[in-house]
Amino acid sequence: MSENMLEIKNVSKQFVKELDLAAKIANTFGAKNKEERVHAVDDVSFHIGKGEVVGLVGESGCGKSTLGRMVAGILPMSDGDIEIAGKSIKPSKEKQDKAASLKVQMIFQDPFASLNPRMRVEDIIGEAPVVHGLVPASEKSEYVAKVMKKVGLDPEYRRRYPHQFSGGQRQRIGIARALAVQPEFLVCDESIAALDVSIQAQVINLFMDLREELDLTYLFISHDLSVVEHISDRVVIMYLGRIVEVSPTEKLFEKTLHPYSEALLKEVPRIENRGLDYQPISGEIPSPLDPPSGCHFHPRCRYATDKCKSEQPKLKDYGEGRLAACHLIEE
Amino acid sequence: MTDTPILDVQGLETHFFTKDGVAKAIDGVDFTVRKGEIMGLVGESGSGKSVTGFSILGLVDPPGKVVGGKVLFKGEDLLQASDKRMQNLRGDRISMIFQDPMMTLNPVLRVDTQMIETIQAHEKVDKQTAWQRSRDVLAQVGIPSPEERMRAYPHQFSGGMRQRVAIAIALLNKPDLIIADEPTTALDVTIQGQILYETQKLCRETGTAMIWVTHDLAVVAGLADRISVMYAGRVVEQGDINDVLDNPVHPYTLGLLGSVPGHNTRGTRLYQVPGMAPSLFNLPKGCAFQPRCEFATADCQQDQTITEPVPGRAVRCCHPQLEVSS
Repeated sequence: MSENMLEIKNVSKQFVKELDLAAKIANTFGAKNKEERVHAVDDVSFHIGKGEVVGLVGESGCGKSTLGRMVAGILPMSDGDIEIAGKSIKPSKEKQDKAASLKVQMIFQDPFASLNPRMRVEDIIGEAPVVHGLVPASEKSEYVAKVMKKVGLDPEYRRRYPHQFSGGQRQRIGIARALAVQPEFLVCDESIAALDVSIQAQVINLFMDLREELDLTYLFISHDLSVVEHISDRVVIMYLGRIVEVSPTEKLFEKTLHPYSEALLKEVPRIENRGLDYQPISGEIPSPLDPPSGCHFHPRCRYATDKCKSEQPKLKDYGEGRLAACHLIEE
Repeated sequence: MTDTPILDVQGLETHFFTKDGVAKAIDGVDFTVRKGEIMGLVGESGSGKSVTGFSILGLVDPPGKVVGGKVLFKGEDLLQASDKRMQNLRGDRISMIFQDPMMTLNPVLRVDTQMIETIQAHEKVDKQTAWQRSRDVLAQVGIPSPEERMRAYPHQFSGGMRQRVAIAIALLNKPDLIIADEPTTALDVTIQGQILYETQKLCRETGTAMIWVTHDLAVVAGLADRISVMYAGRVVEQGDINDVLDNPVHPYTLGLLGSVPGHNTRGTRLYQVPGMAPSLFNLPKGCAFQPRCEFATADCQQDQTITEPVPGRAVRCCHPQLEVSS
């Protein structure tokens, strides 16, 4: 893995809810209404090597989906830069940059909401490659059949509409749509969360087959650690917009560095864990509108010290490709 | 644990009469739940696990109808009970926790109003006592500063806290049985951990029996004492949780367990159950799993009876996989 497929450099994303007219008027009379500002992603940097599968894990509101959407170019960044295969994904008018942006494709969580119900499968999958000139319109039908076969769908069904398929088949249509423009990099945002267990296994296997066959790179976003453990080479764990730990998967499941990762790993329900006897971490995920000072995790961390309350820990390298942001490991 | 079951479901059948035909959502389900026991009812979408819960409580809406079987709750058949009797039982002796707490709590009533109402509907107590009892239960399910939170509206709680309120309301009248329908599916892992931990503690302490309906085998593994695996409206395997998870006998359970990713599966292909769940309008003849089953033979075309290939295990299959598992 000499070159990096994806390079995320100090990326931040803020969502701002601007003041409405009434609040602005009130402010001119001395009221102290402030804009609401959410740091969804806060100064995040990491890279993904070519052919690597990286799992991005975190609970709701940690910014994992926001980051995934920025990588896929759906959301603009507030700050920082993202490079895919050495090219920045910032909007540009040049033709070759547009071709570069086709290299990254996204697969969504909900196979019911992400497919246009009024389009035939043939058009859903075939529209983009024709528009981008990858395939002449006259060969669209054959091309779609080829892509559908690749993801395990019967090409006979290409004249059907999405509602005529089951959840697992729809997710395959979503995957086929992404693959149709011959991407090198896939962002999967909770792509299997909505599927039944037996269908989940089919889709996970499909992802792994495609990786071998097409030499794909994945950013696999999920809240389900057992799926991430199964599929990824490296894991990135986020908490309230910041990265708390990056680690090769095997090393992480042997021993965690950050207390949050430790708690998260312990709480994954597993078939092997019978009869609960653990102490769950207390407290709730704080609101990203008003995150705690210092280390975001300190109110829930059982090891927290005064330093954790005041100073934000930096992400530091601990060798073997492991990074973590915690004051306690430093000592 | 005493031996007399709190709940004894025998041959329960619930069908939905739609214009496309009759869907047999539940087609002969048997199980028992004893005092203080947690039973995991596991299945994929459309297997009838939720409808089983609704049928026990008499909450099946048209076009659905319970058409056969018995639901014996402490010896009384709930399917024969009058509406009035069911109303008295629901929320008192049997309560239910749903998946989405935002749908079960009334958004325009304060939590204390809803809780006191639940107590006073079933018992003649004054408001003070009811308030006190509600407060205690809220504290019991782990809500910090319960006095203040009693005065809050549901929207002022986070998802995890809201589910705790729903659980507190279910516990108010110290029921004998709680039916929980995927109560942690919508929650984050750390919050799910807290709720699983507390639920188990409460059941142990109060001796309340529980049916935990879920699609997630891993959740049930940590929580339940016994497990029933459902497929296409029938229980295909039932037994002690450790026995079933360590030595599954029914091919479907076997496949389901094989398809769960985890520690040992890293880098390997997961086992996949071929095909997909059949439509309830058009179930295969005999064993409903037979078209997807790699062990299927001509015998599977017959209706399957429940056998006990291993002591303490009920299995609906004529080819129990004993050699594979042992």
